[in-house]
Amino acid sequence: MSNDALAKEFKAVVGAENVMTSETDRHSYSYDAAVLDSVMPALVVRPETSEALGAVTKLCNDNGLPLTVRGSGTNLSGGTIPHPGGVVVLTNGLNRILEINEADMYAVVEPGVITATFAAEVAKRGLFYPPDPGSQTVSTLGGNVAENAGGLRGLKYGVTKDYVMGVDFWDVNGELIKSGSRTVKCVTGYNLAGLMVASEGTLGVFDKIILKLVPPAQAAKSMMAVFPSMKAASETVAAIIANKIVPATLEMMDNFTIRTVENFRGAGLPTDAAALLLIEVDGHPAQVEDEAAVVERICKENGATELKVAKDAAERNAVWQARRDALPALAKLRPTCVLEDATVPRSKIPAMIEALEDIAQKLDLTIGTFGHAGDGNLHPTILTDKRNKAEWERVEKGIDMIFDRALALGGTLSGEHGIGLAKAKYLEQETSRGTLAYSRRMKSVLDPKGILNPGKIVTGE
Amino acid sequence: MADIHKLAQMFQELDDQLVNCMKCGMCQAVCPVFGRTGREADVTRGKIALLEGLAHEMLTDPEGVNDKLNRCLLCGTCQANCPSGVSVMDIFLKARAIMTGYFGLSPVKKAIFRGMLKNPKLFNSLTSMGAKFQGLFTKPANDMLGTSCARFNAPVVGDRHFKALADKPLHKLVPEMDTPAGKSGIKVGFYVGCVIDKMFPNVGQAILKVLDHHGVGVYLPSGQACCGIPALSSGDTETFDTLVEQNMKRLMAGEFDYLVTGCATCTSTIKELWPTMYQGNEALAGDLAAMERKTMDISQFLVDILHIEPGKTMGGRSVTYHDPCHLKNSLGVTAQPRAVIEAAGCDFKEMAEAGTCCGCGGSFNIAHYELSKAIGGRKADNIIDSGAEVAATSCPACMMQIMDMLSRKGAQKEVRHVIELYADSL
Repeated sequence: MSNDALAKEFKAVVGAENVMTSETDRHSYSYDAAVLDSVMPALVVRPETSEALGAVTKLCNDNGLPLTVRGSGTNLSGGTIPHPGGVVVLTNGLNRILEINEADMYAVVEPGVITATFAAEVAKRGLFYPPDPGSQTVSTLGGNVAENAGGLRGLKYGVTKDYVMGVDFWDVNGELIKSGSRTVKCVTGYNLAGLMVASEGTLGVFDKIILKLVPPAQAAKSMMAVFPSMKAASETVAAIIANKIVPATLEMMDNFTIRTVENFRGAGLPTDAAALLLIEVDGHPAQVEDEAAVVERICKENGATELKVAKDAAERNAVWQARRDALPALAKLRPTCVLEDATVPRSKIPAMIEALEDIAQKLDLTIGTFGHAGDGNLHPTILTDKRNKAEWERVEKGIDMIFDRALALGGTLSGEHGIGLAKAKYLEQETSRGTLAYSRRMKSVLDPKGILNPGKIVTGE
Repeated sequence: MADIHKLAQMFQELDDQLVNCMKCGMCQAVCPVFGRTGREADVTRGKIALLEGLAHEMLTDPEGVNDKLNRCLLCGTCQANCPSGVSVMDIFLKARAIMTGYFGLSPVKKAIFRGMLKNPKLFNSLTSMGAKFQGLFTKPANDMLGTSCARFNAPVVGDRHFKALADKPLHKLVPEMDTPAGKSGIKVGFYVGCVIDKMFPNVGQAILKVLDHHGVGVYLPSGQACCGIPALSSGDTETFDTLVEQNMKRLMAGEFDYLVTGCATCTSTIKELWPTMYQGNEALAGDLAAMERKTMDISQFLVDILHIEPGKTMGGRSVTYHDPCHLKNSLGVTAQPRAVIEAAGCDFKEMAEAGTCCGCGGSFNIAHYELSKAIGGRKADNIIDSGAEVAATSCPACMMQIMDMLSRKGAQKEVRHVIELYADSL
């Protein structure tokens, strides 16, 4: 079928105003936040009803058209970059919060609901949705589930997968598949909802998501600790957890990031510090007091040279402003900013930091590192200019080396950004040939024509 | 029409600025236009990708890109919130100039900018004729707001509830002024701006009353021209340069410590665009930089320079405040107008989304009225929900838009410039 004839078919399903065919519109859905080449889709469609979403999925399959679902396009691994000549399916016409059940503490949402909008709505009802990826003000819940997005609260509260109770999704034949339930316990059939988490749009098209909610902590206390070495900071992290304290957030910044943030904001960070830890404990007020005192003691015992405990909301905000500033401050240094998320077991953080410093030096690259020390998820951020060919080749080599070292330390390719296009080639290195073959077999049965977000996670043969 | 390869080369000159966009997409959270349409080409990231597409000759439809480029309020909210600090306004204004160079200026815009704006005398006499005859074509729509609407179907006016031209513009009421510094020891230049002059001369009079009250000398030269933003945002750099020169000539003929305006848009144009976008006489660069340092919004002058004190409450007259984009996003001025409202003795009530654009965006309102109405409607709802009796702001263009939006909803609210409230309290 010609593109015009196809556009007509899609218009019959979603309405003429929801099919975009112009070069300009298509170009604006050819990229996401990953530093990768853009790819033009043939069509962009925006279903506004569940039925239309199912019909669009079937129509793509019937015509063998590659289908890439797109929320807000904030993906950092190319998961929302379309396949050449494919169809981009937008979810922002499906952005209704269908139910927030306070008694049973769950919510049912459409995939296009914005994460922060949802979290605020939940908070209004006195409940808490913890996953807080960095892009939460624009990211969609559908995208969060498809990528298993993390955030700052992973250590204590877990990540998106820990809040997914069920996913209803369309299969390629346009059948609505139901999985999970509104109950805490459910063992009915395969855990298909679990299979959908982190599937990056390759196994089904999400229609509705059931999310778990929790009661919010009554109190919180934040502090900032300064360390003379990364090793001392890492040992502090280990000691806090060995003392059976699980902070809500436990973030780390290296010296390069500290200096860059200070240069950016001028908030008085110690630019000679080798490492900063930003810690928040939350819970019952009495427990928070106790834990904060223990954390303070542990920091001092492990060589913290300075410790600032936030006394009020303004001071607490100042602590977290430093962390929020990390990426923007680094991003301003050079035109291109490659944000990686290789993750290692917590105890291997000092080794990983050492490896990153070694890579930066060997390849003459600028790398600032910050991240979620509590869960071993670091964000080495390579600052470069993709137009400089020679430097860009070194960056690509650097990325390879980062993954090599993370895997050698028993870590993983990606903590929270996904595999997408960018890391598909490394998958076998972390898993095995058999794992890839098993994944391919599964994909080939569920999606025989290979239309669901091709090229992401598992590629060709 | 020049060939597309040449156009691409011109856009490549923006490459060093374009490349700073890391495509994170955080602008989606704050863009008022994207907030209504949800379309990527309407948000900054999308527009930058389109400009890159043209620069790298990946795209063949510059007209399509130009249409998208113009679907922007130039409110600057994206730039104020951009994690990688992309100079969005600079890019978009330069891109519009390149596009205008490529496609030429539309005949209507040519007539307005080059025929009228460039010639302040003609502009003045045309608008004063308009003021005399407008009653024939319009009827009152809302007495409290003082808006009118068309008596019959009229192009451009459409179904707008607009503020009529003043019977007497400020330049007729006060043709010029040059008074020495009084007890404050300070003398200011007063740049009026078109909308205050022709629509809201009462705002100009309020500014003069306040300055007089505080013993501030005033230099108000005659023959002031438009600040140039309408021409620049349509890519007409030639008219912009002429207007900058005309204004600088008038302003530099006087001596003053600060240049004050009552228009957020004029203030930010003088401060941010005169020094950076003017491409005429190089010798003027130093004077433009000096003028930039002297220029400030009237509330900023009252609070930061004159240190006015909060007054006593006048008895429950409640006022909310809308942040004009050109004060909040461009200049970071948000506290001072609120302080002036309190100094006027009013009961201040913060509205929801006070810092969100009213949807006017100058000519955006004319080219994309439906979108402008959708964005402004939300502003009107927030004003109504605040429960305040008066909606105050610091920009006469926002006043026009907010009057239209409130009038359409039949709201019984007054729309005032903060300086009017303060002048009333003296």
